[in-house]
Amino acid sequence: MIDKRLLKEASKTRFYLVLTIGLGMVTGLIVVWQAKVLASIVSQVFINQYQLAQVQTLLIILLGLIFIRALLAWYSEINAHRVAARIKAELRQRLLEQLFQLGPVQVRGERTGELTNLLVEGIEALEDYFAGYIPQLVLAVAVPLTVLLFVLPIDRTSGLILLLTAPLIPLFMILIGQWADHLTKRQWHVLSRMSAHFLDVLQGLTTLKLFGRSKDQIRVIGRISAEFRQTTMGVLRVAFLSALVLELLATISTALVAVGLGLNLIYDRITFEKAFFLLLLAPEFYWPLRLLGAKFHAGMNGVQAANRIFEILDQPVQTSTAKVQGASLNQQRIHLSFEKVHFSYDQTAEIVKGVSFDLGPGQKVALVGPSGAGKSTLANLLMGYIQPTKGLIRVNGLPLESLAGQEWRQLVALVPQTPYLFYGTVAENILFGRPGATEAEVRAAAHRAGAQEFIEKLPQGYDTPVGEQGLKLSGGQAQRLAIARAFLKNAPVLVLDEATAGLDLSTELAVQGAMKRLMEGRTVFIIAHRLATIYDANHILVLNEGRIVEEGQHQKLLEQKKLYYDLVRAYGGCQE
Amino acid sequence: MSPLRQLFLLVLPHWRPMLLAVLLGFFTVASNIGLLTTSAYLITRAALHPPVLDLMVAIVGVRFFGIARAVFRYMERYFSHDVTFRILSSMRVWFYRKVEPLAPSRLMDYHSGDLLSRIVTDVETLKNFYLRVLSPPLVALLTLMVSCYFLAWFDVRMSFLLLLFFLMAGLVAPLLIGWWSRPWGKEIVQSKSNLNALLVDSIQGMADIEAFGQRSRQLKKVAKETAKLLKLQGSIAKINGLANSLTGLCMNLAMWSILVLAILKTEQGELAGIDIAMLALVALSSFEAVTPLPLILPFFQESLAAAQRLLAITGPAGPNWHNRQENTSPQGYDIQVSQLSFRYAADSPWVLRNVSFTVPQGKKVAIIGPSGSGKSTLVNLLLGFFDYQAGSLKLGGREIRDYQQEKLLEQLAVVTQRTHLFNTTIRENLLLARPDASREELVRAARKAKIHDFILSLPEGYETYIGEGGFKLSGGQRQRLAIARAILKNAPILILDEVATGIDPLAEQEIMQDLYQLMQEKTTLVITHNLMGLEQMDEVIVLVEGKVVERGNIF
Repeated sequence: MIDKRLLKEASKTRFYLVLTIGLGMVTGLIVVWQAKVLASIVSQVFINQYQLAQVQTLLIILLGLIFIRALLAWYSEINAHRVAARIKAELRQRLLEQLFQLGPVQVRGERTGELTNLLVEGIEALEDYFAGYIPQLVLAVAVPLTVLLFVLPIDRTSGLILLLTAPLIPLFMILIGQWADHLTKRQWHVLSRMSAHFLDVLQGLTTLKLFGRSKDQIRVIGRISAEFRQTTMGVLRVAFLSALVLELLATISTALVAVGLGLNLIYDRITFEKAFFLLLLAPEFYWPLRLLGAKFHAGMNGVQAANRIFEILDQPVQTSTAKVQGASLNQQRIHLSFEKVHFSYDQTAEIVKGVSFDLGPGQKVALVGPSGAGKSTLANLLMGYIQPTKGLIRVNGLPLESLAGQEWRQLVALVPQTPYLFYGTVAENILFGRPGATEAEVRAAAHRAGAQEFIEKLPQGYDTPVGEQGLKLSGGQAQRLAIARAFLKNAPVLVLDEATAGLDLSTELAVQGAMKRLMEGRTVFIIAHRLATIYDANHILVLNEGRIVEEGQHQKLLEQKKLYYDLVRAYGGCQE
Repeated sequence: MSPLRQLFLLVLPHWRPMLLAVLLGFFTVASNIGLLTTSAYLITRAALHPPVLDLMVAIVGVRFFGIARAVFRYMERYFSHDVTFRILSSMRVWFYRKVEPLAPSRLMDYHSGDLLSRIVTDVETLKNFYLRVLSPPLVALLTLMVSCYFLAWFDVRMSFLLLLFFLMAGLVAPLLIGWWSRPWGKEIVQSKSNLNALLVDSIQGMADIEAFGQRSRQLKKVAKETAKLLKLQGSIAKINGLANSLTGLCMNLAMWSILVLAILKTEQGELAGIDIAMLALVALSSFEAVTPLPLILPFFQESLAAAQRLLAITGPAGPNWHNRQENTSPQGYDIQVSQLSFRYAADSPWVLRNVSFTVPQGKKVAIIGPSGSGKSTLVNLLLGFFDYQAGSLKLGGREIRDYQQEKLLEQLAVVTQRTHLFNTTIRENLLLARPDASREELVRAARKAKIHDFILSLPEGYETYIGEGGFKLSGGQRQRLAIARAILKNAPILILDEVATGIDPLAEQEIMQDLYQLMQEKTTLVITHNLMGLEQMDEVIVLVEGKVVERGNIF
């Protein structure tokens, strides 16, 4: 019903929250007042046979109340949306910061889609909670209470009917709601399976066609949809009973109040004015409660999204015990060493099992191994995205952990396997390497990365938008932009993750040439997939199942005729 | 066809249940009007102290409407959901029927999962066309007609007053608000999409951001865009907030003006005082039907946009196949390509230019070349997915374009780089190739594709669910299943299109070796950018920029 943590978020905009409650209470009073004035106008004309002129003042008051009520509703809505927008903006920023704290390894792979969705859609779902559900909840308490306060002293029976049914409505709403929710959730599962089936069929349409089975699907889609409708309607038949009960409570008690009042009037136990006043109040009494039911569902979606948001916000963050400034290191002579490094995401399966190696200044170390051997994990450890569960990584003798992540990464340039291009121009993407660089420096970096030629052929040259909403670049072009980025950064240590996917020969050569230029004079750690790259390395590490199984020079490893030999033979297909 | 017309055509067959749901919706509102007016009548009558029996009709009426309201509401919800699901089903079948003959040529640009899911979402959006767009105005119209008719009994001017405020609340106000908020709406959409791009960049590019120490810069960018959006949302909240309050205002104004008129008429002795309360309540309660009207416009625009996107895909007909002949069947299983030229559209560059080569029956030919050289296009032409503009492409002595597509595809077993496996059991996925295959045949095919042992190692063997929500297969395992499928199909011609792309080199090598075994005795066309294993081919053709630049034997 009310999520405590969400309410805590709301309390940060406490002024607005108080305002929401205040507005709700004033609305309740205006509602009662309007009914009161209307009842007395009708009563005076009907019972006392007053003329228009005699009720003129009351009519003008009524008109005034009508406008005030509209203004109140308007202002409440504006207020609610403002609160929601503020909370959303604040939470979004906090969630994003937290994700950065958790680091790129935590948000990698399949989770990226889910997390982006949470940042965009999940946060938006809170709008319904804060702008729809909470204000309505306030109204659903304030208006019936105010109404009751006026009804009880006038007619105890009517008051009791309202008083007894009012708590039943939210109670039933919760009880039936939960039960129906359970049913609909199960149904959602079926529904999403059905949508998934449709998507599956569309994705596999070519395959279906190749096997001459695409026409059958017309019938299958129709059949599955019909089956789904039947089972769903079976569930809904029951689930909608909640609507029936709620509606019945509200209408029957209104009817009861009306009939009771009628009988009281006959026996002169109440005046017409009071009776009509009560009759006008009955629907106003139930209206906000029923609206709450309508907004309940949307509000609960918000709570579900909130649960996932808080789950992430509550995750502990690795706090680095950074003391040493990266600048204090001798940048020209970076010596890196892995000492019996172990790593596992959870305590069960170790991905890296006691890896030790040295990377001296100006050295080039190549890492090879079958997929799943733990190569990227080693690169992530080196980048400081994750910390070893056991063992140490030292930089010039200092533990890597003692350097702040950002400080260490100042000294490292990364060229990933599939470089990410940001939404922005080509120039902005290169500038990413060093935001302060001049245009001439950007061009020089592009030139050295062998990217100059294709960039100049793009429709707007360096100003061509790329990334998500811009021009799609080929894999080879994206790689050369990433290399240009690394040139611009000009860091002493280089981490390269070669692309596995085959580029065509001419692009391949261009990329390799650029990589070679980039490696000159730097300390390089490279995850290699190309024979040519391996030849150039001073030292080769062969990784399998988290362990270094062979290491040394190309020729020596080849002669051993073990895993390295097999790998090189397989790579051989690409080159020669 | 205009999207609107298409939408109407699609929901039209369901007019009967739709009408029923609309009527039930109207009865729900009408019962509420009935409940409040009879209650008002009951009280005003009672105030005149008549004998209790005189009130019996009104009392029964009040109780009846009280119960009827709830029952109608229940039935209305039930039937409108039923119709909605029926419409959804029709929409799916309609779209599939339209898009099936166009695949894959029209769906080429929609290869990514994201775009396809948008299609699925679009189809689901359309189901709201009835519930949110068609039904509310009809219910409102019926309510308006009946209320006006009732008021006209007393004074036709009251009907006009109700009509005026009804139209204000249901039509004028929403249009005005829509028009007023439009410029902001556009800016908000722009700002939102900028923010989304930034967020996507932050998550997906996090490794790059961190590697270059750009975290705080990125966070600042996001904060700046968020602040901009916040300001815009603040301005639009002012306008949108008006919607609800205007409906309420019109409702109360209608009640007020009818009340004034009623008092005036009573004063002139044209109306009994007893009716005043009732008339005021008719005005108030009939406005329940207006509440959903302001939402029509956004839902209408959404449906229209979705329909437009779907129609753009299914749009003008695909390749022109008018000379397909019923009973073209192949004479042998060779492939002859001569002077073949092709481009995707009249204004786009040629993808294939004067390509000629032959794959004799039972021989193996490989086509190699850099990406974008036209290799995959050649396969698409061979499968009859596109029509070629010049030259000839023959299979078994007959032009490809003369075949009925089903007949043509029966001759070909294809393994591509992106074979789709369906979200069902392994067995079902294999059976796709030949639904009547026996268990033994299935196992034999799986053994040949060297995937049988792996399948048996799975918890439920051949009955294991794969794909989304099921068991995740590696690239190599997927391709082996695809190969097993091709073996099961046992067609005379085998086409292998970049089979091993994206697989670990070690696994790639094994798969290719196993495949060469399967090529024995079959006419085989291998498309690859990989030079490995070409010594086993009878001929190798090098394709660059749509032209054959070299051909011959690797030896």
